[in-house]
Amino acid sequence: MNRFAAAALLLAAGVATRAAAQHATAFDVEDGKRVYQQSCANCHGPDGNLIAGIDFGRGAFRRAFTDDELSRLIIAGIPNTPMPPNPTMSVEQAARVVDYLRSMGEGRETAADGDAARGRSLFQGKGECSDCHAVRGEGSRVGPDLTSIGLVRRAGEIERSLLDPEAEVQPENRFYKVSPKSGEPVVGRLLNRDTFTVQLLDLDERLRSFRMADLRAHGFDGTPMPPARDKLSTQEIADVVSYLSSLRGTAE
Amino acid sequence: MRTTASCAGFAALVMYWPIHAQVTFERIANATREPQNWLSYSGTVDNQRYSRLEQINTRTVGKLDLQWVWQARSLEKFEATALVVDGILYTVQAPNDVVALDAETGRVFWTYHHEPAPEGRPCCGRVNRGLAILGDTLYMGTIDAHLLAIDAKSGKLVWDSVVADAKKNYSITMSPNVFKDKVIVGTGGGDMGIRGYIAAFDAKTGREAWRFYTIPGPGEPGHDSWSGESWRTGGAAVWNAAAYDPETNLGFWGTGNPAPDWDGSSRLGDNLYSNSVVALDVDTGELKWHYQFTPHDELDYDSTQVPVLADIDWRGTPRKVMLWANRNGILYVLDRTTGALITGKPYVEHNWFGGFDANGRLLRKPGMDINKEPKLFKPHVHGAINWAPTSFSPRTGLYYVSHWENSGIVAMEGAFPQPVGVNRRQTGMGQVNLEPFFNNDEEAYGVIRAYDPDTLDAKWEYRMADITWAGVLTTAGDLVFGGGREGYFLALDARTGELLWRESLGGQINSAPMSYSVNGRQYVAIAAGSSLFSFALPSE
Repeated sequence: MNRFAAAALLLAAGVATRAAAQHATAFDVEDGKRVYQQSCANCHGPDGNLIAGIDFGRGAFRRAFTDDELSRLIIAGIPNTPMPPNPTMSVEQAARVVDYLRSMGEGRETAADGDAARGRSLFQGKGECSDCHAVRGEGSRVGPDLTSIGLVRRAGEIERSLLDPEAEVQPENRFYKVSPKSGEPVVGRLLNRDTFTVQLLDLDERLRSFRMADLRAHGFDGTPMPPARDKLSTQEIADVVSYLSSLRGTAE
Repeated sequence: MRTTASCAGFAALVMYWPIHAQVTFERIANATREPQNWLSYSGTVDNQRYSRLEQINTRTVGKLDLQWVWQARSLEKFEATALVVDGILYTVQAPNDVVALDAETGRVFWTYHHEPAPEGRPCCGRVNRGLAILGDTLYMGTIDAHLLAIDAKSGKLVWDSVVADAKKNYSITMSPNVFKDKVIVGTGGGDMGIRGYIAAFDAKTGREAWRFYTIPGPGEPGHDSWSGESWRTGGAAVWNAAAYDPETNLGFWGTGNPAPDWDGSSRLGDNLYSNSVVALDVDTGELKWHYQFTPHDELDYDSTQVPVLADIDWRGTPRKVMLWANRNGILYVLDRTTGALITGKPYVEHNWFGGFDANGRLLRKPGMDINKEPKLFKPHVHGAINWAPTSFSPRTGLYYVSHWENSGIVAMEGAFPQPVGVNRRQTGMGQVNLEPFFNNDEEAYGVIRAYDPDTLDAKWEYRMADITWAGVLTTAGDLVFGGGREGYFLALDARTGELLWRESLGGQINSAPMSYSVNGRQYVAIAAGSSLFSFALPSE
């Protein structure tokens, strides 16, 4: 009985302190990021600085300052402004968005200011990025499509991916290597895998399917993307980051 | 020895294009050169739905065995015919998800999900009949009347064009057609008061190139075949695949019933171009000719069957024909260059056919008008067939049709005698009442028949207990594949109609079979219930 009582006390304490969000976990931040990207980024931008006078990454807010004030504002919206209410959002979800807003200052800065036009040339030329990535239908399907990357990734995140491509790979972008009992090994982006088969988009952009029984070996492979420093200078990397940050969908 | 011989024959037939080459229109128009693939709705642009694969034939079909099943996450009818391009099978999970599968195992590469607007509510189910492909791009019409281009390798959206306004009851259920550099699609919604049209879109950009209204507007020829303002909501929808003749550059589309379906009093006249076939220049959309199967229809006799083109010796003379088993119960042979009627006669029990006039216009027997006096009609409003694809085998020279026999009493009462919900037989399809819907439930039955284009007589018949909405496929193995609502997928001898093989698939078949091969092995695929099934001979 005492043990249950203690557990109940702990739970109650957890609820009480949650609103203050004193120690957001990485999960809270990631969860808040997902909601932000779906519901907020269209107006506020991926860096939270598209609306005049507001810059989440630098802690610049107009009407709310504490976490609780921000949470309430996210749920209630601001009447007579484009900021809509989010009546279906729970207090916990709003708190996680706030956790993410508080984290936005981290990693937003890039090493240098870049030139997007030069970055585009580098992306298509010297950087060989379009060998694996497509933008607005131009380029390869092997790697992730980057047409809207500027809407979902901040400049710092893009730079980090360029410098260390292996550091963080989304599940849908993982590469897989199969070694058939007869024939050459095949590497491709993993599309689907079950007990008996595996499906890839191979490096030649062909949809390929293999029966496990026909394979000598198979498993996850590292990303084929080389670190940008292998090909580009610091300034050139900044140019590419600037170009990628400018990609906001299919419209020019 | 038999297997070896048939495999050798198969290999000799196949012309191998560069592996994983793009699907050009040249490939689509010459699809007979690569029978391993199925590049358009009927396999070829003449819509013969005839496979030149012969590994599965009258001798081997008895060993046919299920290779894989893919279950759609959908409870809608599965009406799509799959495409197969170099070992990849593309189909539609109703209403509008495009799925890429490994044609050997049925495993999924990717799924593209389209969430139709809630206004997309066609009359008869949120169904889809399939895709078109050009280059590396797939094309799908949606039930909220969009045309989507999807990248065939990544499954990502390339463009999304609005064909029509779903809020005005427009929808798309047909597979689009790719003719040259255009994707061409028709609009459904004919029972719900649309004004139907066919529209062509640039395959690369999705921009509309031309539009042809199946009901002529003011000042256009045929406009006077509609009384008053009835042309604005007269239906004539287009919801099934077209054929293409490269010699004349004409595309051929069948059109649906005039609206309201069962009451012509508000739309006096022939109601052009409802229940017709229209021949359009595919570059411009210009009408070259039309033939109306049922003028001023009051029995919902859609002519949205799939046009089948063939070059045959008709009664000893070479003719370029169009074969058409129509919902009105009459089988037609048309000259596809001019649209002239060559011959036509009932192919089911029929009691109102009065022949044709000198211009090939259909006549009703005197007294067989629809009015307040109840009359027995053979066939009745369900007709003899609906949209299920038919097939022509150049090997046998026969035209294969899966259809049914039935009759019903029809009486137009001018107004609903009871509120909707009390009399469950009435619908919103017109101010009419049909009672009973079927004259005799036991009388209706399904058949697969092989018709001789010379005589329009059936050479043989395979009879089923229930009616059938399944299409048919013929093959160079002298087989006819078909099925029905009973859920049997079956193979018949194309020359005799003898049942050679069957399998119960556990669900209604509401689609048509197709065939393909991968790595020299022939498959036959059919959708039944919510699933797609693929059969092949046992591997060595």
